Amino acid sequence: MNLFINFSYLVAAVLFIFGLKMLSSPATARRGNLVSACGMLLAVVVTLLASGLAYVWIVLGLVIGSGIGLVAARRVEMTQMPEMVALFNGFGGIASLLLAWGEFHQGHEYTAFLLTVTFLSAFIGGVTFSGSMVAFGKLSERMPSRPLTFAGQHLVNGAILLLAVVSGILFAMTGGYGWFLLTVVLALVFGVTSVIPIGGADMPVVISLLNSYSGLAACAAGFVIHNNILIVAGALVGASGVILTNIMCKAMNRSLANVLFSGFGATSKKS
Amino acid sequence: MDAVYLAFVFVLTIFLGFELIAKVPSTLHTPLMSGSNAISGITLVGAIASLKLGSGFFATLLGVLAVIFATINVVGGYAVTNRMLEMFKKKDDGGAV
Repeated sequence: MNLFINFSYLVAAVLFIFGLKMLSSPATARRGNLVSACGMLLAVVVTLLASGLAYVWIVLGLVIGSGIGLVAARRVEMTQMPEMVALFNGFGGIASLLLAWGEFHQGHEYTAFLLTVTFLSAFIGGVTFSGSMVAFGKLSERMPSRPLTFAGQHLVNGAILLLAVVSGILFAMTGGYGWFLLTVVLALVFGVTSVIPIGGADMPVVISLLNSYSGLAACAAGFVIHNNILIVAGALVGASGVILTNIMCKAMNRSLANVLFSGFGATSKKS
Repeated sequence: MDAVYLAFVFVLTIFLGFELIAKVPSTLHTPLMSGSNAISGITLVGAIASLKLGSGFFATLLGVLAVIFATINVVGGYAVTNRMLEMFKKKDDGGAV
């Protein structure tokens, strides 16, 4: 059965690759999305064949999630698409965080490598979640879309990131629950503080970057639970997301660093 | 599975991901972003696999929440991408599909 599941994962990975490739050309884009969706359906269905799963809870989660996802996707106006993508992306991020947390909570025997990938999954997932929520807030104007800056902002962000790295190292060495929770808090804070200084006009680039992060978070989660398809699909999204972000920056004649660190979006909007 | 073997797969896939997207017309930036975002909902597979019988209340709660959020990401992501691409078809598609 395991062999069958893994072989199906291979097929799903191939479908994702073709789907992405087709999505980048106008003539095949729509079919590409369907191909990739078929890959996802296949991956989910064969995963359900594994033994010892808590089906009641899985089905409950699938039904609730599909309902919310379908209604949201159907109701959203065309002009609100980018903010919807931000919202969905954030949910993908928090799912990776929760998955890593759930696995850690079950208290398996952990090696330093496993603890490191658990940290990465939770941290990147958390940053993706809160960063995407800020991007969503700015685009839907639930938050002021101008850059929110304060003196020494880069220093504060640097300090938070440094603290997160230290907490990650301590977590990997000790496996302490406290360090894990600290990581989660720092990730959520860092997502907010790193996105608020960016103007609303630059949000599509930020969402693309956060999309890349959510892929990496899924990938790290794949290392946590030793699952090939998570690693492959996550790494695909992570790498192609970086390229897409870069293409989007070039289309605006800007560098990524310029978008992320200058709080420029609003100034270019005003002038 | 061996960590080294998984890392091997990871590195090769990163290279593939870099190569996969070369030229994208700017009208497709948002659909491509949205489509690849739906793929990142692959966490769903992990969340399902981690929801095992008898894993205790809190771990099950975290697992169910992970399934819900990942499903929203997957289902919503594909549906929204499809809606965006439907618009394209009406506008400029001459029967290429």
